[in-house]
Amino acid sequence: MIALLRRDLKLAIRAGGGFGLGLAFFLILVVLVPFGVGPESGILSRIAPGILWVGALLSCLLSLDRIFQLDYEDGTLDLLATAPLPLEAAATLKALSHWLTTGLPLTIAAPFLGVLLSMPSEATLWLVASLAIGTPALSMLGTFGAALTVGLKRGGLLVSLLVLPLYMPTLIFGAEAVSRGAQGLPATTALLFLAAITAGCAALLPFASAAALRMNLR
Amino acid sequence: MKFGVENLACRRGEVTVLIGVTFDVAAGEALILRGPNGSGKTTLLRCLAGLTPPVAGRLLFSTEDVAYAAHADGLKAQLSVAENLQFWADIFGTHDIAPAVEAFELGGLLTRRAQDLSAGQKRRLSLSRLMLTGRAIWALDEPTVSLDAENVARFAAAITAHLAAGGSAILATHIDLGLPSARTLDISPFRAILQDAPSDDPFLDETFS
Repeated sequence: MIALLRRDLKLAIRAGGGFGLGLAFFLILVVLVPFGVGPESGILSRIAPGILWVGALLSCLLSLDRIFQLDYEDGTLDLLATAPLPLEAAATLKALSHWLTTGLPLTIAAPFLGVLLSMPSEATLWLVASLAIGTPALSMLGTFGAALTVGLKRGGLLVSLLVLPLYMPTLIFGAEAVSRGAQGLPATTALLFLAAITAGCAALLPFASAAALRMNLR
Repeated sequence: MKFGVENLACRRGEVTVLIGVTFDVAAGEALILRGPNGSGKTTLLRCLAGLTPPVAGRLLFSTEDVAYAAHADGLKAQLSVAENLQFWADIFGTHDIAPAVEAFELGGLLTRRAQDLSAGQKRRLSLSRLMLTGRAIWALDEPTVSLDAENVARFAAAITAHLAAGGSAILATHIDLGLPSARTLDISPFRAILQDAPSDDPFLDETFS
C-alpha cells in the first residue's frame, strides 16, 4: 500500500508532476488581492479569512483532474484494478497523496500569507487548524469527483462543477472558524463541524470513489 | 493452473459482444485466441481479468489468480525502469524484481527513465511485470506488438517457463510463438449478433416513417 503513496509522491515532485502548482496559485491569488481591493488594512483584515479559504479551495480544485486521469491514460489504472490492492485503498491513498502535495503545503504557507492580508495574529492558530482539518475533506471529495469523470477527455470542467457544491460546507465552516477566531469569539463549534465533514468524507468516499472507478473501467 | 469458463457472455460498454463462450485450459497449457479485429478478444480478456463482470455464464476460477497485460504499457515515463518494476513488485507483494530483469534482460536499462526507452523496450518492461505478479494465469492482449524477433523468442521462453512451472496462459496474438502445448480457439463463432431496434416497433414507425 505504501508503494502507491510513495510512487505518487515521487511522480508529483519529478518534472511535470504538478507539485507546487496549487501552492503557486494560492500565493499569486493572495498577493494580488491587496492590489485589487486597496491597501486599507481594515478591509483586508476583515476579508482575509474568506480570501485565504477560497484561495485554498481553488488551488485544490486546480489539480483534481490529474488524480486518476494520467493513470487511466497510460493503462496503469486497469492494472491497479486487477492488483491485490483493493480500489478502495487505492482511492484513499490517491486522496492522501493529493492532500500531501496540495493541502498540506497550503496549510503551512497560509499563516505567512495571512500577514500579507494583515490578518489579526489571534486568527493564525485558527487558520492553520481549520485548514489542517478541512483540506483533507477537499482532497477526498475531489478524488471522488475525479473518479466519476475518469474516462472523459478534458473532464476538468465537469469535475469542478460536480465538486464545487460539495465543497460549500467545508468552505463555510472553515472561513467561519477563522473569522470568529479573528474577532476573538469562540470558534470551536465551526471547527467541530469541519472535523465532522472530514470524518464523514473519510468514512464514505473511498467506497464511493472505488465504485465510480469500477463503473468507469468497464 | 487449470482454468476455464462456461457459457460466458461479456460486454464492452453497453454492447454484448460475446455469447456462449466455453473453454477449459489445463495447467501447463496455453490457449491462443484468434479472430478478426473487433471480434471481442480484448473484451474476453478484460472479462477474465475481472475488469468487466460477465453478463451471463460463469468463470471457473478466481480473477485474483489472473495477471493481465493490456495493449497499454502502464509505465510511468518519469520513473526509471527499476522504479517501475519495484512499484509493481511491491503492489503484488513479491518485492523482488530480479526474475523479471533476468528473463527480459533489462539489466542494462535499470537506471534509464521509461520515457527514454524505445517502443520495443517499453513493451519488454511491460511484459516483464508478469513475472512479478506471482499469479498462475497470464491473460495477454497482443503481447508481441513492437517486439523484434529476438525479443519475441525471449518472451516465448518466458511463457514456456511459466507453463512448465504449472502456470497457464491465454493470449490474443496473430503470430506463432511456437509454444509447446498451445491450443487455438477461434472466437468468431461466439460473436453476439448485434441487434438494432426491432423494425416493427410502433413508436419508431410513427415517428420516422
